[in-house]
Amino acid sequence: MAILQIKNLHVTVETEQGTKEILKGVDLTIRSGEVHAVMGPNGSGKSTLAYSIAGHPKYTVTQGEITLDGENVLEMSVDERARAGLFLAMQYPVEVPGVSMSNFLRTAKTAIDGQAPAIRNWIKDLRESMEALKMDSSFTERNVNEGFSGGEKKRHEILQLEMLKPKFAILDETDSGLDVDALKIVSEGVNRAHETQNNGVLLITHYTRILRYIQPDFVHVFVAGQIAEQGGRELADRLEAEGYDRYVKA
Amino acid sequence: MTASTQAAQHGLSEHSHGYGVPVQTRSERFSSTKLADFAAVSKREETWRYFDLDKLAGLDQAGLAEFSGDIGLTETNGITTSWVGSENPAFGAAGAPEDQPSAAAWQSASQAYLVDFAPETSFETLANLAVVGTSSEAEALHLIVRAGAGSKAGLIVNHTGTGNLGENVEIVVEDNANLTLISVQNWSKGSTHLASHFIKLGRNASVKHIVVTLGGDVVRVNPSAVFAGEGGSVDLYGLYFADAGQYQEHRLFVDHAMANCRSRVTYKGALQGEKAHTVWVGDVLIRAAAEGTDTYELNRNLLLTDGARADSVPNLEIETGQIEGAGHASASGRFDDDQLFYLQARGISEYEARQLVVRGFLNEVIQQIDDEALVAELTAAVEAKLERSGS
Repeated sequence: MAILQIKNLHVTVETEQGTKEILKGVDLTIRSGEVHAVMGPNGSGKSTLAYSIAGHPKYTVTQGEITLDGENVLEMSVDERARAGLFLAMQYPVEVPGVSMSNFLRTAKTAIDGQAPAIRNWIKDLRESMEALKMDSSFTERNVNEGFSGGEKKRHEILQLEMLKPKFAILDETDSGLDVDALKIVSEGVNRAHETQNNGVLLITHYTRILRYIQPDFVHVFVAGQIAEQGGRELADRLEAEGYDRYVKA
Repeated sequence: MTASTQAAQHGLSEHSHGYGVPVQTRSERFSSTKLADFAAVSKREETWRYFDLDKLAGLDQAGLAEFSGDIGLTETNGITTSWVGSENPAFGAAGAPEDQPSAAAWQSASQAYLVDFAPETSFETLANLAVVGTSSEAEALHLIVRAGAGSKAGLIVNHTGTGNLGENVEIVVEDNANLTLISVQNWSKGSTHLASHFIKLGRNASVKHIVVTLGGDVVRVNPSAVFAGEGGSVDLYGLYFADAGQYQEHRLFVDHAMANCRSRVTYKGALQGEKAHTVWVGDVLIRAAAEGTDTYELNRNLLLTDGARADSVPNLEIETGQIEGAGHASASGRFDDDQLFYLQARGISEYEARQLVVRGFLNEVIQQIDDEALVAELTAAVEAKLERSGS
């Protein structure tokens, strides 16, 4: 049983207008086997939360703490966080020219496990995951995310989630830009990883659409850098009916 | 893209066009085997525009010593080698010097080392010519590589050791021959190397020419390719990696004077550290007679740190509209923080991420090298550079 704890997290970012506080005291606890949805309007700080957990240098934590099984995550470099068991599925996956997907995945797996994967099982697992995500096997020879469509990039993120087997998966607007079929395929991948690996999931989204396919145990409404309300999945249903107006006006 | 049809004054002029981008018309470029025919080296000349003239190390002066280091094939494999004098018809068959160091080396080398691949013969593996410098005196070397008609041949010229060398490499590829020539410049610290390569292609000949520049304080390699018959095809590849304080310059010229020839130029460079400086200039000239020409040139530079500078200037001159295609691309970019974050977020350390990206970037050229031992040697050299950078 792993536990990711975020306490009173304050985060700033440098803008042209000076330092701006985006997160204003966030508390969140996620355990293995749980699915948490963080929902909120644009600009509420949802993605900042995701990137702060992953350690993006653009964001400065000014107060509060993040721990993973009691270890101080804030003291870790980006790659140390990943090796400790955190995974961020990005909204805009980056292209890496000249680096093939198979090389990238194997390098990442080796870094995270501390040893190279046994080749035969690795190839078999990779093939199965790609089939399930309806990714053609030719993708392994293509350069990372280069020339991928939006949907292909998102599938590639979930493929990494399935192969790298993190303790906690943070999904940053993985649903954005996906059509219904792709959304279903991606959601199934997240569910598959969740069920087989018993990971904890932090699902960040603007829309309730993806929650038809991924069932959250907890829903947190994020407004102006704080959690404005939390509850069970019934809260998502209410958001679907009423939108965020109630919170934004308040 | 810069296109120009204006004629230059006899070779030694410079004029600007558009946004200060220098344009030169290569069709009238002056050439001579005698240093005295050239004016002294000057920054006003386009060809010396980027070069720090204090670093010529005497290689632009007459009376260079003859190369005193070691030269020879590691295995002969039926290839004929000999020292030949200027009376030999092979001497000067591929071209003549277009700048002062090339002319100085030409007249200072009384003999040329000729590597001769017999006609109608297929040489399965790349031969290896080691050029090992042992002196810091200004010296001259003249190589001639000849691929006989209908032959299929390959040669690696591997420059190592300590050198202060002016070098001319004549590459004669006779009708229907196919030659791969790889020139590696991996000198020790303190070395200077100014080289000109003259590639002459016969009818339906094809050449793959790969320049790899890694070691040496100042290295300048100027390959030019001239088509002497129709139906020729040339691929010019280059890979360079400049560390702090290193200067690496590559000036290319493809002269399309014959119809229905093809050329591709692909040069990729990585730079890191204070005052690492690379220059790439690619001139492609399509003369009026060169109908059906198909050409494309590309240069990409990857700046891994602050303080490094990459200059990249493609020039395309077209004198006929009846061509298959002509284009170029040039870009220099920084190692992307977003790429680094993405790779690190997958558990890959910063050092390994850099290695992965640089290797990926250079791979387009490395994968053209059909010699396992050389690929391993170059990969190790690139990795040693990355390690030295302390990243």
